[in-house]
Amino acid sequence: MSPIRLMTPLKNEDIEKLKAGQAVLISGLIYTARDAAHKKLVNLLEEGKPLPIELKGQIIYYVGPSPAKPGQIIGSAGPTTSGRMDSYTPQLIELGLKGMIGKGKRDARVIKSMEENNAVYFVAVGGAAALIAKSITKCRVVAYPELGAEAIHELFVEDFPVLVANDIFGGDLFKEGIEQYKNKNLS
Amino acid sequence: MQVIGGGTIKTISTDKIISEVAKLCADSNYYLGKDVVEALEKGRKKEISPVGINIFDQIIENAGIAAKNHVPICQDTGVAVVFLELGQDLKIEGGDLYEAINQGVRRGYQEGYLRKSIVNHPFLRVNTGDNTPAVIHLKMVAGENLKIIVAPKGGGSENMSAIKMLKPSAGIEGVKEFVIETIVNAGADPCPPIIVGIGIGGNFEKCALLAKEALLREVGKPNIIPDIALLEKDLLNNINSLGIGPQGLGGIVTALGVNIEIFPCHIASLPVAVNINCHAARHKEIIL
Repeated sequence: MSPIRLMTPLKNEDIEKLKAGQAVLISGLIYTARDAAHKKLVNLLEEGKPLPIELKGQIIYYVGPSPAKPGQIIGSAGPTTSGRMDSYTPQLIELGLKGMIGKGKRDARVIKSMEENNAVYFVAVGGAAALIAKSITKCRVVAYPELGAEAIHELFVEDFPVLVANDIFGGDLFKEGIEQYKNKNLS
Repeated sequence: MQVIGGGTIKTISTDKIISEVAKLCADSNYYLGKDVVEALEKGRKKEISPVGINIFDQIIENAGIAAKNHVPICQDTGVAVVFLELGQDLKIEGGDLYEAINQGVRRGYQEGYLRKSIVNHPFLRVNTGDNTPAVIHLKMVAGENLKIIVAPKGGGSENMSAIKMLKPSAGIEGVKEFVIETIVNAGADPCPPIIVGIGIGGNFEKCALLAKEALLREVGKPNIIPDIALLEKDLLNNINSLGIGPQGLGGIVTALGVNIEIFPCHIASLPVAVNINCHAARHKEIIL
């Protein structure tokens, strides 16, 4: 399937045309956050305080990059396991978060929240960190610098290669892929 | 060399150990081993899922970029796991061996632009800032050399590893069942295509260490014991029939290899440990 291009921020029309398995090249601004930053964001929400970033229409990329070498924009920057963010994600989706990029499955609550609020889950190739870094054109820390690699970074990306793993129609690439190739190994 | 009572004793300085460990930290994170690259190319040829083939292409291209630009293959540059085989006739000069290893890790992760992923306490979770302490396994051996293996291990695959104390009556079928259960449960999270290190026998902690040591063996090189080599082959086939595939998105190459190490055990026990490695299976070694 040939990839389609998407620009952030994402609109409902963008989300509605995405089906599980679709290859997508993402361009524009995206935010990074891992476990520690998610915990801080959700704590702020629970205290009724404003967040340091605007999530409406945005994408969060689950990544903790390695340090940039002199001359590099960012170090290696592949996705981390998304499941660790599951307990925090529905609250962010309810605020208007439209997409997440990570690796591995999401739990039922996250999938339900995506379907109800028009959001999608993309996967990037775990471990393809030096390759992915090439699609990042700008990087700056916008919140929680004390978290180091886990700080929230604002990234500008150009043609960041991802696949739609969960769409809003119940499509799930993990389930479908495994069903399709189960017992097909003949050697 | 130092002359003591007519004999000579080989010595190595801690400074030398520090600089070698630092170099191994960077090199292991930048340059994927030839055996792993070959296993990936073989997997790419075998895979039939178009999504899976595309993932293999990205992984192979990524390894090339990392090597060419001297940058980490994966942003998770891991816990620094250091295996030492210390010759009993060798003398270490200049300080504490463990401190030298940690100093080497500190320098390697700083100067190599590697991510620092260690927190000081399981609950307080403050980053130590220099990726220390390393996890060090020291073995005393005959001779006068020091072998150092640095094997950085990422969190994603380590988190999906498991250990179980089986009853001896469970036998080989019980072991197979537990391995498959562990791989199914791991699914996409350990970044397949994976390499599976399995320890069988010993006791609780010995078995876990065997599983980790199994990951240091070349991918695709069978165990020298024929029935264990056969078990490796059987398990690899069974794992690749699960359909999990590259990144868990479906395919027939879930694992690139299964490496098993065994050890004698108690009459009452059959311990099994499964240590999963992602496709970025990194380790480099040197003999001083």
